[in-house]
Amino acid sequence: MNYLASIGSYSMMVVEVFKKPTKWRIMKSLILKEVDELVYGSLGIIIFISFFIGAVVAIQTALNLTNPIIPRSLIGFATRQSVILEFAPTFVSIIMAGKVGSYITSSIGTMRVTEQIDALEVMGVNSLNYLVFPKIIAMLFYPFAIAISMYVGIFGGWLAGVFGGFLTSTDFVTGLQTDFIPFHIAYAFIKTLIFAFIIATIPSFHGYYMKGGALEVGKASTTSFVWTSVVIIILNYLLTQLLLG
Amino acid sequence: MIEVNNIHKSFGDAHILKGISTTFENGKTNLIIGQSGSGKTVFLKCLLGLFSPEKGSIVYDGKKYSDLTENEKRDLRQEMGMVFQGSALFDSMTVAGNVKFPLEMFTKQSASEMDDRVNTVLKRVNLVDAHHKYPAEISGGMQKRVAIARAIVMNPKYLFCDEPNSGLDPKTAILIDDLIKEITEEYNITTIINTHDMNSVMQIGEKILFLKDGLKEWEGTKNEIFKTENEAVTNFVYSSDLFKKVRQMYIEERN
Repeated sequence: MNYLASIGSYSMMVVEVFKKPTKWRIMKSLILKEVDELVYGSLGIIIFISFFIGAVVAIQTALNLTNPIIPRSLIGFATRQSVILEFAPTFVSIIMAGKVGSYITSSIGTMRVTEQIDALEVMGVNSLNYLVFPKIIAMLFYPFAIAISMYVGIFGGWLAGVFGGFLTSTDFVTGLQTDFIPFHIAYAFIKTLIFAFIIATIPSFHGYYMKGGALEVGKASTTSFVWTSVVIIILNYLLTQLLLG
Repeated sequence: MIEVNNIHKSFGDAHILKGISTTFENGKTNLIIGQSGSGKTVFLKCLLGLFSPEKGSIVYDGKKYSDLTENEKRDLRQEMGMVFQGSALFDSMTVAGNVKFPLEMFTKQSASEMDDRVNTVLKRVNLVDAHHKYPAEISGGMQKRVAIARAIVMNPKYLFCDEPNSGLDPKTAILIDDLIKEITEEYNITTIINTHDMNSVMQIGEKILFLKDGLKEWEGTKNEIFKTENEAVTNFVYSSDLFKKVRQMYIEERN
């Protein structure tokens, strides 16, 4: 029953976020600030992880290709498919659920504990619109980060494959171009946009409705990471079945 | 003026407010006192519109809160200023940014008009050199003064303060009390203060409301509180030896 109540509260929160908008002049600066904090500020870790995961995917594929009949270009093909279909949109989103999600929960939770949200409400500000809407809009830029992740992941695979002596650059590029289905890119970005909404709203929900003090802010951050990850993984399964099945 | 008529508020099985009626007049500092758990904060949050009472009504200068539309409620809230216990300043904004915030949100003033107004209210609360500092960089007393400046920047009709002296040294607490009283008289606003501080009661309490177990146990002025025979009030207000002596001296002087 508690889960159902939470889903109900979450849905009502999402509706409330889009009501009684804050002045555009103020909202514009809030959105830019959130783009900087949530997306631009995450690029470093996204690039770092993508590069090495792409490299590891290439090496693992190469090491498991023991049959001489299978062409070495498969390393490029496997790297592309892994990075574009799952690693960049899903794995990076789970990392973002930790990095961005805990930031969102703790910042909104601290505002709740220190009565800053009450202060907004007393002034007549729709606090959900003021706090959550800019995060949702900022996360619309998240697919750009995922596009960079795809590029860097494949680049990492190319570097590891070619300079590790597993295949030639031509083989890798041939693999990248083999059986390329443009809809896979669309599929990845559809998932990314939905995950972006989840990463912006579930941590906000846990921060906004938390009760207690500093200790509970920490607990809320952990809970929000767990639930954001769970929802991303379930939605990933459903979207894959729906769009590719 | 705020008229409160028989308000009730519960959370689950806990019946917190059990029918409180009173009136808060313009230009006066009204104090709500009572032990922890007596319902003071819930009562204040009902007055602020943060909680909706299940029964009874709150009327702000003839406007019954429960009859107002959502937009009218938001308009009414813009006529309220609130000083929170922990000041509730926005950490990410400077002192000037905090005070300017309501002006940016709700007025169409130009940047220079807003800056002038911010300078005026910061001067009024004796904070002239702190414009560019962040809340974390100033003392608790200064934070309270910024909170008061933010609360009065829109020229509110109603000023609410939740424990404005908590965490302050006695001298700063008196300064904050005096400042609130001066502002109340100067702007002719209805001020309601939730407090545990008996110094405030003696210093600025023009009307005092004593709550006990969610009910109004007693109400009167600071002079009447010296004479009251209500045991619950005397046990609470004169719990320290100092205040017992003060009361004794007052009664002897009157006799």
